[in-house]
Amino acid sequence: MAEPTSAGRFGEFGGRFVPETLMPACLGLEAAFREAWADPAYRTALHDLLRDYAGRPSPLTECHRLSEELGVRVLLKREDLNHTGSHKINNVLGQALLAERMGKTRLVAETGAGQHGVATATAAALLGMECMVYMGEVDMGRQALNVFRMRLLGAEVVPALSGSRTLKDAVNEAMRDWVATVETTHYCLGSVMGPHPYPWMVREFHRVIGTEAREQCAALLDGEVPDVVTACVGGGSNAIGIFSGFADTRAELVGVEPAGGAAVTRGVPGVVHGMRSYLMQDEDGQVLEAQSISAGLDYPGVGPEHSHLASIGRARYETVTDAEVIDAFQLLSRTEGIIPALEPAHALAWVSRARAELAGRTVLLNLSGRGDKDVAQMMDILS
Amino acid sequence: MSDTTNAVDRTARPGTDDLDLTVPPAPDEPGTLETALRSARAAGRKLLVPYVTGGLGDDWPDVVRAIADAGADAIEIGIPFSDPVMDGPVIQAASEKALEAGATPHGILDELARVDAGVPLAVMTYYNIAFRTGLQRFAENVASSGVAAAILPDLPLEEVGPWARNADAAGVETVLLAAPTAPDERLPRVCARARGFVYAVGLLGVTGERDALASSSLVIARRLKAITDKPVLVGVGVSSAAQAVEVCAEADGVVIGSALVRRLLDGEGPAGAAAFIGSVRSALDGS
Repeated sequence: MAEPTSAGRFGEFGGRFVPETLMPACLGLEAAFREAWADPAYRTALHDLLRDYAGRPSPLTECHRLSEELGVRVLLKREDLNHTGSHKINNVLGQALLAERMGKTRLVAETGAGQHGVATATAAALLGMECMVYMGEVDMGRQALNVFRMRLLGAEVVPALSGSRTLKDAVNEAMRDWVATVETTHYCLGSVMGPHPYPWMVREFHRVIGTEAREQCAALLDGEVPDVVTACVGGGSNAIGIFSGFADTRAELVGVEPAGGAAVTRGVPGVVHGMRSYLMQDEDGQVLEAQSISAGLDYPGVGPEHSHLASIGRARYETVTDAEVIDAFQLLSRTEGIIPALEPAHALAWVSRARAELAGRTVLLNLSGRGDKDVAQMMDILS
Repeated sequence: MSDTTNAVDRTARPGTDDLDLTVPPAPDEPGTLETALRSARAAGRKLLVPYVTGGLGDDWPDVVRAIADAGADAIEIGIPFSDPVMDGPVIQAASEKALEAGATPHGILDELARVDAGVPLAVMTYYNIAFRTGLQRFAENVASSGVAAAILPDLPLEEVGPWARNADAAGVETVLLAAPTAPDERLPRVCARARGFVYAVGLLGVTGERDALASSSLVIARRLKAITDKPVLVGVGVSSAAQAVEVCAEADGVVIGSALVRRLLDGEGPAGAAAFIGSVRSALDGS
């Protein structure tokens, strides 16, 4: 997948719709990222951290029992086995090293399910930086374990009390913080969204998922690529990461959105959180509140490159219901001994529903996180 | 939501007239707002532009008229947006309350067409409100409501071209914000494209009252006054008559939002709003 234009556009999507106060920071961040990304010392430092601290490369697991049950050959890219339990650490280590290089002493982040918040708090602890995480009040309730983890790691967790009190509102609060603290603070944005350069920069940090998976699949499949590559999409970072390894192949790319937060599937172009992208909104342009069982996907927008991939037809997007996700969560636990996070359970829910269409084919699914954080919520739902 | 079809009405999309990012030069002729502000400034007056959230309470058009009578030189009307990232708690609460009461962009513009305040009006909203309506249609709606100008705080210079093209064509002045973080080379470009006035952001942060005037307010006003002849008004963090006087040592005037809107949220109504704006007017006139 290519670089965006100098104006941060992927086709008609992207851009930098931020308050004037933040514009110099966006321009500065882009310059700093370009410079760091071209610097072998930075790349080596990041590579070493990903290997020695985060535990990369993450394995590729072939699911024999699940495959037999579905009639579809399913391979999992095991981002759930990374340190902190999800793919989020790839991006956060990259941004934290960059922030340190830029002389910033403080990280702010938004978080939905808490996985990005935990990853950011972790990187801040590792590098001795101050960390503040904004989290919707509703999400703090349903992801209490991650709130505790972030605090244990030394971060301050601040509830977002406006609007739907979920991820969208946490992004608003993080941006408001950044407007006030931009001189000392780096906004460690957690997905391939927001103003340029974030959608591109975060993709580059997650590209490692796709690069590793491409090699691992080639080894397993005699040099071949899987027929289908699938991942869940909220903002869309784990999906972009794995898609980036296969965009130039014959593999079909399928993003799976929650039915209640389906920006690509049901949205129309709009502008919020710094980007022009598909957005769930009403006829006046007010942003709608998403509703999903998964705090990590409970978001009415989507990263602009997904909007672009959808509009040019390179990727296709499907939706699944909360009920289908609950089934998939149990299915993987029961057949493979892997408890997935609710977010990647969306991708599995689609594979399960589409099993007839997928019969006999090979599907690579990005298992973006582990389900420990969701166990308490599922205990309530299933009892 | 439970259905899983992919049906979407993409015919509702606002079009792609926003894709040409070329920034056209601002028209040479000043518009209604800039003309009024220049003329007041030439008469030795410090400029006072209060902000009111449109749709906040049934009597909000009365508030607009009352503060015009109390000495506002122009008035900003906020069109509430669901996700106001440049706004602090007071404007957020006002926006939420107005939206809950059913405020819509078109309803507010319709009211403004009837308000007859006797001073120029500017709408302040976020870009998606204009984008969703369609840039040309929104600009024309603003103009046909008798509103002189628009302020879109999430539309920086790099993205302003498509909107500015449509606003210029409709005769709507686009006020641009100038922030303390802008390097020296950037400010002249912002000033050159700004119409109506240059909105100097007084501090690093979102809208809201502060106990003391930030020193950055004076610095940004001074930097802007050194490079532009357009009216320079400081907003964000100007909370009281005393702070307005203080910043007008450097600036041509002030925008006062949260301090007024808080009074409206507290139920002070048109009379309370007029009393507050009147007190700021007196202080500015006495300075």
